Amino acid sequence: MISGISIYEILTVTSLLFFIGIYGFITRKNLISILISVEIILNASVINFVVINKYLYPDMLQGVIFSIFIIAVAAAETALAVSIIINLYRQINSVEVKDTEIMKY
Amino acid sequence: MNISYIPLIPLVPLAVFLLLGIFNKKIKPSVSGYIGVIGLSISTVLSLNAAYQYFFISGKVDGVYQTFVDKTVWMHFTDSLHIDMGVLLDPISIMMLLVVSIVSLMVHIYSRGYMKGDDGYTKFFAFLSLFSFSMYGLVLATNLFQIYIFWELVGVSSYLLIGYYYTKPSAVAAAKKAFIVTRFADLGFLIGILIIGYYTGTFDFETLNNPEGNVILNWASSSFMGLSVITWALILIFIGGAGKSAMFPLHIWLPDAMEGPTPVSALIHAATMVVAGVFLVARLFPMYYFVENGFALNIVAYVGAFSALLAAIIAITQTDIKRVLAFSTMSQLGYMMLALGVSGYDGHDGVGYMASMFHLFTHAMFKALLFLGAGSIIHAVHSNYLKDMGGLRKYMPITHITFLIAALAISGVPPFAGFWSKDEILVAAYEHNKLIYYVGVFVAGLTAFYIFRIYFGIFWGKDKKYEHKPKESPWSMTFPLIVLAILSVVGGFIPFSEFIAADKVGFTAHLNYPLAAIAVSVGLIGIILAWIFYKKENSLSDTYAKAFGPFYKWAYDKFYFDEIYLFVTKKILFKRVSGPIAKFDKKIVDGTMVGIGNTTVLGSRKIKGLQSGRVQDYAFSFVIGVVIIAIVFIYLWTV
Repeated sequence: MISGISIYEILTVTSLLFFIGIYGFITRKNLISILISVEIILNASVINFVVINKYLYPDMLQGVIFSIFIIAVAAAETALAVSIIINLYRQINSVEVKDTEIMKY
Repeated sequence: MNISYIPLIPLVPLAVFLLLGIFNKKIKPSVSGYIGVIGLSISTVLSLNAAYQYFFISGKVDGVYQTFVDKTVWMHFTDSLHIDMGVLLDPISIMMLLVVSIVSLMVHIYSRGYMKGDDGYTKFFAFLSLFSFSMYGLVLATNLFQIYIFWELVGVSSYLLIGYYYTKPSAVAAAKKAFIVTRFADLGFLIGILIIGYYTGTFDFETLNNPEGNVILNWASSSFMGLSVITWALILIFIGGAGKSAMFPLHIWLPDAMEGPTPVSALIHAATMVVAGVFLVARLFPMYYFVENGFALNIVAYVGAFSALLAAIIAITQTDIKRVLAFSTMSQLGYMMLALGVSGYDGHDGVGYMASMFHLFTHAMFKALLFLGAGSIIHAVHSNYLKDMGGLRKYMPITHITFLIAALAISGVPPFAGFWSKDEILVAAYEHNKLIYYVGVFVAGLTAFYIFRIYFGIFWGKDKKYEHKPKESPWSMTFPLIVLAILSVVGGFIPFSEFIAADKVGFTAHLNYPLAAIAVSVGLIGIILAWIFYKKENSLSDTYAKAFGPFYKWAYDKFYFDEIYLFVTKKILFKRVSGPIAKFDKKIVDGTMVGIGNTTVLGSRKIKGLQSGRVQDYAFSFVIGVVIIAIVFIYLWTV
């Protein structure tokens, strides 16, 4: 419980963060940027977990534990994604999205 | 009587067909000819044995020829309605076995010489065996459905053999014509069978033909348009028989069928397959006779008489010797039909029935002989046309003598075979229907005239300029000629009426001297006229042809029946009926389906850009979708 700040303000911030992430995911041209956008989305949800836990059920810890899980999984996922991007770069000498459009009709 | 070996008679040719058909290229032509002949010889020996057993040892019980049946259920529908397969032996099936065996064996032997060096030699023998199998099956059939199956099989073999020279467009067209015309007629046959099956509940010949049976006694139980349904069925069945036997107006395929090799014409289109129609009517004779007092039988008689007359007139004008013989066949088949049509049932009344079968037997011999002789001539001069022949008696003595014997036989000159059978037919006609009798006598005269016209044209007159000097055919071809010639001479002395009668009792037929004298003198007049016209080349025939003018032209063009058929089918059926239906099918039915397909393709082409391969686009649509669903569920969805 943070004094002076209600749950609505924090949820507004996380929503903004979430949509910024989505906007970035859709508009960025660079694979690394897209990866960062995905991380922003994840972080928005992690904050949501922690805040809702704290404000609604202060005597429980599930939300916090879940957020730790998510951070761990996100770290692993990022490592995986970066390795894929590095491999891609070795193949086509580029990390631009427009160069990876071979999977279409 | 032990009939367990009878199924072998058809099955041996079937085995030969399979052997020659499957190992077509692996068997040397010289061997395949022998295989065919040996297979048929086995069937012939078995048939002769069966005939001997039946007629002389165990066929007759208390003066009546028995019917032996051996059958198994083939397709079981209900307890009362099932289709059997089996063999049925009675006097006419035994007689047909003999006819088919003898002619087929002779044609097999003859073909070894005639087809020598042909590319499809093995195939030819395979088809001949297939035909023999089907024909044996047809004559041995125990019920209407079995006879129908084999009926179609002989139709197929006939189609295959007419179209044997398949590189010749005219042969292909003739094969198609024969198949389509007979198939069209068989539609009537099939409907007739189904009507009989529906109203009597049986296809079995024995049950149907029993004069004291329910079928014949209760023929009046249901009627349609003023006639008993059974009569309608019999008329429809006769249409099938008329198609196979080339009766007017379904005769148009027979002359064209002469495009096939000549042994085929002799076997199928003269001696065996074309008499299937006559055999069918004879097979159902008690039904034809008793149902509605023989109404359907009268139709048979008039159609037969008219066909006999028509074909004889056309035959006089034709110049292709095989076509003359084809029309002659049609005319003689008409004779057999009219004999059945004027026949009674009991004892001596059944003389027409006996005469028809007798004529069938003798005709098979002498007409096969005429065809094989014609084949021998064509083999020598390489032409079918009378104008390319003349003076051949010096070059081909055996062919000449045998052809003369056959010509005398068909003209009804005693003591040759044709005289005896034709005389019986005229006796039957005289006793029952005078009009038909006069037609019969007139046709007898015409027959003698046209057959001696080609005889004199081929063997007498001046020599033509031959490219190669014609020479007598090899032994394999002359041997069947001699055998058939002997049968054409002695065949008439068989006391047929003792063996074959409508009521299966048998009677003694006597020669009716006044009628025989009339028939013989009419035949002799025909021969003498032919002698005057054609013995030496003169302009007499041309003068008379001119005198008849349009009528001659009319007959020469076969009374324009082909043209009428073409007009009806092409101009009326194809253009007015089938054309619009085909258009409907193409435009509306197919159009709908094609339209659905095309619309799908067009639509897909329009929207395939959506799958751009850019993951971000997909994510965008995904987000939009989520937003829309969220808006719908939060604000618009009210329960």
